Amino acid sequence: MKALVPVKRVVDYNVKVRVKSDGTGVDIANVKMSMNPFDEIAVEEATRLKEKGVLTEVIAVSCGVTQCQETLRTAMAIGADRAVLVETAADLELQPLAVAKLLKALVDKEQPQLVILGKQAIDDDCNQTGQMLAALLGWPQATFASKVEVAGDKVRVTREIDGGLETLELTLPAVITTDLRLNEPRYVTLPNIMKAKKKTLEVVKPADLGVDVSPRIKTLKVGEPPKRSAGIKVPDVATLVAKLKTEAKVI
Amino acid sequence: MTALVIAEHDHGTLKGATLNTITAAAQCGGDVHVLIAGHNAAGAAQAAAAIAGVAKVLHADAPQLAEQLAENVAAQVLAIASGYSHLVFPATAHGKNVAPRVAALLDVAQVSDVTKVLAADSFERPIYAGNAIATVQSLDATKVLTVRTTGFDPAATSGGSAAVEAVAAVADSGKSSFVGSEIAKNDRPELTAAKIIVSGGRALGSSDKFNEVLTPLADKLGAALGASRAAVDAGYAPNDWQVGQTGKIVAPQLYIAAGISGAIQHLAGMKDSKVIVAINKDPEAPIFSVADYSLEADLFEAVPALVKELG
Repeated sequence: MKALVPVKRVVDYNVKVRVKSDGTGVDIANVKMSMNPFDEIAVEEATRLKEKGVLTEVIAVSCGVTQCQETLRTAMAIGADRAVLVETAADLELQPLAVAKLLKALVDKEQPQLVILGKQAIDDDCNQTGQMLAALLGWPQATFASKVEVAGDKVRVTREIDGGLETLELTLPAVITTDLRLNEPRYVTLPNIMKAKKKTLEVVKPADLGVDVSPRIKTLKVGEPPKRSAGIKVPDVATLVAKLKTEAKVI
Repeated sequence: MTALVIAEHDHGTLKGATLNTITAAAQCGGDVHVLIAGHNAAGAAQAAAAIAGVAKVLHADAPQLAEQLAENVAAQVLAIASGYSHLVFPATAHGKNVAPRVAALLDVAQVSDVTKVLAADSFERPIYAGNAIATVQSLDATKVLTVRTTGFDPAATSGGSAAVEAVAAVADSGKSSFVGSEIAKNDRPELTAAKIIVSGGRALGSSDKFNEVLTPLADKLGAALGASRAAVDAGYAPNDWQVGQTGKIVAPQLYIAAGISGAIQHLAGMKDSKVIVAINKDPEAPIFSVADYSLEADLFEAVPALVKELG
C-alpha cells in the first residue's frame, strides 16, 4: 500500500524571525528555510513503515513556491520514493483549507491508504491541515501520534493527549498527524542526497487539480508581541524570596 | 448572532478550559450556547447550565460519544451547526483535534489559538512560536475558532440558569474505535490552570534528580510541575508536562524556570506568565531576557535553599 506524506517549507526553527516594520508580515527574505520539523518525523515514519514492508511506496508532496522542490528532495533523501509539487504563486498566502483541498485531489489521484502529516507547521502554528484533509476525504483521523502500528486493514495509533496517552484503532484508509516523540528522524547522508536528485519530481498547478486556493482569512496586520519589561538580577535566594513576597506579591 | 461553545468535559464535570472558551465566545457579541456531547454527561450539562452568560445548553447523549472520537464529535457539531455564527472550541488537545474537521466539513477556514477577540469577525493570534501577533479577519459566514485559554478569564461557574435541551445524537462513524488510555496520575494542580508552576530543564540530569529537587519546591508552593522539551525528550519528565509551542501554553502568576536555557520553543509556552523567575548558572541563558527575577546560581544548591527560605 501507498502513503502520501505532505511536507512544508518553513523558516528554520532556529531562526528568530523579525516582524516587518510596515506590519504586513514577518521578514522571510534571506532567512534559512528548512523542512517543518513535524514533517521530517512524518517522512521518517513512512520510511520506517516501508522498511518494515508495510508500505510499498512513499510519495512526498509539498504545496507552495518553486523552492519547495528542495524540501521535497530532502524528503526523498530521507526515503520517499517520488515527489509532487503543487506550485503556487509567490504572492499567494496558502492556507490550511486550501492545502487540504489540494491534498484531497492528490489522494483521489494517487489512491494511498495512509496520509501522514506533521501535527502543525511552526510558522502559522495552525494545527489544522491533517484534520481538514481527513474530513474532506471522510476518513478517520489520529492526531498527535506517538506510536503507529499497521495490522491488516487497521492501524493502531497511540496519541498524546492532555493528561497522558490514548490509543485508537482506525480502519484504513486513514490520516495520521505526527507528534514530536513518534520517532527521531535520520540524518540524510550524502549518497542519499545524490540518489534523491535522480528520483521523480512532478510539478502540477492548483488549476490542474481543479482547486480554488484563494485565502478565506485575511491578514490585516502582523505586529510584535508585547515586550516584557526588563527584569532584575538577584544576588541570592533570600533576596529572591523577599522580592517575590513584598514586591511581586506572588507567594 | 449566536456562538456555540463545544465543551470539553469528563462527563461528570466541565474541564476548566471550557470556562475560558465561554468568555471568548461571549466577546464575539451574541448569545452563547454550549454543546455537551458525551455519554451519561448530565452532570457536565448541569454545570454548563449554571455558568453565567450561557443562554442554552444542548445535550447529546449516546455511547458512541463517550470516548470523544473526532469523527463522531465533529458529526455531532455539524448536525446542529446551522444557525450559529461562531463555533468555538478550547485550543486543547481535544479542541484542536475536532475543530478543523468541523471547519472543513462546513467548507470554512478556521482561526486557531485566538488570544483576543477584536470584533465578531476579527481576531488576534500568535504565529511563529509567539514571535509575532497576527490580526486576522475571517471572510467566511461561519467562524470556527479555537481559543487559547490563557488569553481569556474563566467565566463564573454560577449565576446562570440556562435550559438544558436534549438533541438527537449522531450515529457512530464506525471508522475509529477507542482502545485504551494511560492517564498520568497527578495530585497537583492542572498545569494549564495552576497559579504557580515550577518547571525544570535538561540541567536536572535525570528523572530522579528532577523529582528530588523540584518536587519539594512545588509542594511548598502548591505548584504544578512543568518541563522543557529537552527534559521531556531526555525522559526526565512525562510528555504532558511539556511547556512550549508544541506542548502546553501556560500563563500562571508565578513561573519558576530551573535549569531551562529558554529556547524560542519554550518561551512561546510561558512568556505571558505574570512573574517569571529564572534560576540558571549560565549568565548567557536566553531565559534571563524574559525573567523578572534572575538568579545566576547552580540549581542544585539554589532550589533546596529556596525551599528552606520559604520555611
